[in-house]
Amino acid sequence: MTTALNPRFTFETFVVGAANRLAVTAGRTVAENPGSAYNPLFIYSGSGLGKTHVLMAVGHAAKAIAAQLNIEYLTLDEYVEAFHAAIAAGQGDAFRRRFQNVDVLLVDDVQFLTHRKEMQAELLRLTEALQQSGHQIVLASDRPPAEIADLDERLISRFSGGLVVDMGIPDYETRVAILRRKAEERGSSFQPGVLETVAKVEYPNVRELMGALNRLIAFQAVNDTPINAEAASKVLGIPTTASPTAASPTAASPPAASPDEFSQFLSDVTVTVGKAVEAWRARVAEAVLRWEGEGYRTGRLEKLLDQETPAAVDDAIAAYVQDVERLKALEAEVAVLDAQAAGGKVFRDPDKMEEAEAAAAKVREGAAPPPAPSGAFPFESYVAGPSNEVALSAARDVIAKPGRKYNPLVIVGRSGLGKTHLLNAIGLELAKKKNAVVACLSTQQFVDELIAAIDGNRVDWWRARYRRATALLLDDIQLLAGKERTQEELFNLFNQLVDADRQLIFTAPAHPNTLEGLEERIVSRLEGGLVAEIADPDKDLRRNVLERLLTHQRIPVEPALLDYLADRPIDSVRSLTGIVQRVVEAAAAQDAPVTAGLAREVLEGAAPPRRTAGLRTSGIVVSSAGGVRSREKMVWDWPAASDRVIEDLR
Amino acid sequence: MSLVNFTSREITCKIVYYGPGRSGKTTNLHYVYGRVPETRRGRMVSLATQTDRTLFFDFLPIDLGEISGFSTRFQLYTVPGQVYYNATRRLVLQGADGVVFVGDSQARQLDENIESLQNLQSNLLEHGVDVRTMPLVMQYNKQDLPAELILTPADLDDALNFRSVPSFAADALHGRGVFETLKGISELVLKKLATGSPAA
Repeated sequence: MTTALNPRFTFETFVVGAANRLAVTAGRTVAENPGSAYNPLFIYSGSGLGKTHVLMAVGHAAKAIAAQLNIEYLTLDEYVEAFHAAIAAGQGDAFRRRFQNVDVLLVDDVQFLTHRKEMQAELLRLTEALQQSGHQIVLASDRPPAEIADLDERLISRFSGGLVVDMGIPDYETRVAILRRKAEERGSSFQPGVLETVAKVEYPNVRELMGALNRLIAFQAVNDTPINAEAASKVLGIPTTASPTAASPTAASPPAASPDEFSQFLSDVTVTVGKAVEAWRARVAEAVLRWEGEGYRTGRLEKLLDQETPAAVDDAIAAYVQDVERLKALEAEVAVLDAQAAGGKVFRDPDKMEEAEAAAAKVREGAAPPPAPSGAFPFESYVAGPSNEVALSAARDVIAKPGRKYNPLVIVGRSGLGKTHLLNAIGLELAKKKNAVVACLSTQQFVDELIAAIDGNRVDWWRARYRRATALLLDDIQLLAGKERTQEELFNLFNQLVDADRQLIFTAPAHPNTLEGLEERIVSRLEGGLVAEIADPDKDLRRNVLERLLTHQRIPVEPALLDYLADRPIDSVRSLTGIVQRVVEAAAAQDAPVTAGLAREVLEGAAPPRRTAGLRTSGIVVSSAGGVRSREKMVWDWPAASDRVIEDLR
Repeated sequence: MSLVNFTSREITCKIVYYGPGRSGKTTNLHYVYGRVPETRRGRMVSLATQTDRTLFFDFLPIDLGEISGFSTRFQLYTVPGQVYYNATRRLVLQGADGVVFVGDSQARQLDENIESLQNLQSNLLEHGVDVRTMPLVMQYNKQDLPAELILTPADLDDALNFRSVPSFAADALHGRGVFETLKGISELVLKKLATGSPAA
């Protein structure tokens, strides 16, 4: 008979605004102190503004505070029906007793008391009874008591004796809040501005506001695309400046169809356009899928997808594809040069084209042939003599059968005996062979390159570069001492090259097994080939060298001069060169021919005028007491710089 | 004419109503005009004779506003139906994104329909457009006439619609089928935009 309280109608779900704050506050107060605060509480408002909600909320709140309370909610119609049924059943008294035992009576739609005299009398009696017994009564109506037509004066005064509050139309903010709350309750979310648009419409009551919201929710659910403020206006028919159907120029009679055909059309087109415009996303996604599948980074394309409506999607994709093609070309180029460098990540990211180009350039650079032998040391100019004939003969064998006769060949000898010359000379000869890649460099350079490669994280190409060599010639192998990593690399390189019958030649100042700081495995491998020693230049060699030097300087070779110079106490070819240089310069200074006499005079005779300070000396400071007597021990004239440097000292 | 301009974010659809004389092309446009809010439509340009025959063409621009970030415009054109205005028809057809063929459902007009359809095909070809690639819908107008005078949509489909494009029965004077037709062609045009690469 009575209506159960709707569980959704609580104060918590009621959006309070300026228009209804008083009613809610009164309702809460009544619920907390039933029968004592305002009794009766009379709430009135237009239809659909929340009377019923507040009424039921009072019931919920009172129940929540005191669960034992007997709370009844009913509309006036229900009350009347129940009364009539009770009277018909002859149980009028039972009916009255029943309602007199209610702790909180909530009566809705009291305005229907109009013209119901007997009900007014009954309600008056009930109200009095409830008030006297301290029970709460809350009434709701769509108008204040005084305006309910034909209402008993005593009832008016009774109702007005408690508290009469009204609830107005919620203001804009409250409407927005209501819409937000309700949309949230229904699990719907809208684009910003949509609910505000709806709230701008002054719906006469909240119920219609809810209706509008429901339409939006439904529309959005059907269309699968978020509705925007403009579309919301259209869906709800919120009037724009002009009436859609006004002023048709045709005589066409108004159609039987819906007058909102255009709006319908518009929303259809909106959906279609939405899908069509989204098609670019499909194209981008397709491209992402494709290139990702091929192992390329697609960050750039994915960024496109993040944008709302990027301009020139196809151009962007085309540019991307172009970059990928370039990467492919680079990788293919690199693969030829260095299989290991190809397949690097750098060739998979079109967003880092510069890095890829740089990497390719690096490989290209690395693919440059290793340092070649110097053309300054032709084999023909290497002067033979008994002291170097073993080495020279070995060199010839090596040139004839590289990699197969003596491998490795180690040329040992003191500094200035022409090791470097021989090394380069062999290198030059080897380089003349078909497809030869001769790496000829000093050990120091070899070490420096490795360090640079480690630093540049490109050891792989560095290795590859030397692995391609058909011959590796390293000068001054003793400089490997203490360079563990280089020894390691050389060890591996050594094995690979020897396995492939590639020639290896080294020079060292002494027998490898006497060199310090070299790993045993290196030393043993050096010893495993041929160690050819170049001895101090013998007389024949000196003569040959001198003859060549003098001929080279266009100086007539006199046997006396040759003999004299060849007999000078020198320990290396380099010193010999220095002596010749001195004699030749002195002769040029005196404008005299180079003769044995002149040579003797230069090398042993009267000392030339003392050098003024500031000129270069040997650096040896000779005490005036004459610690060094022999003029030969003194370097009076240094050769010209260009002639002085035969070999860099390392 | 570009259909979708991603740079200026505009979508412009040129839709041409094609068909034999007196089949109701202008009536279609008038009905649409009457349903579009004033703020949305431009001035309808109609060059007609005293007897209300389209002399040159009708033009109705409709602004659909911002859709998916694109300012969307429809331009509806009609061509003059009479045979001797072919030059005008060809001109109007230029750059069309979609064609609505408005056929006259009257049985005695069947030959005119067929002739006009062939004319459409040849005119499109003159613009280098294959009719098979052009979004096209058929509208069988005047279905409100007594049944004994007209052919049913099914009959007309058999006679005219050999490409099985979407077809709509219509009564343009009272609006039946007008917006359905417009919606049909719009969908085709806009879908083409999804498959074809948009012009820049």
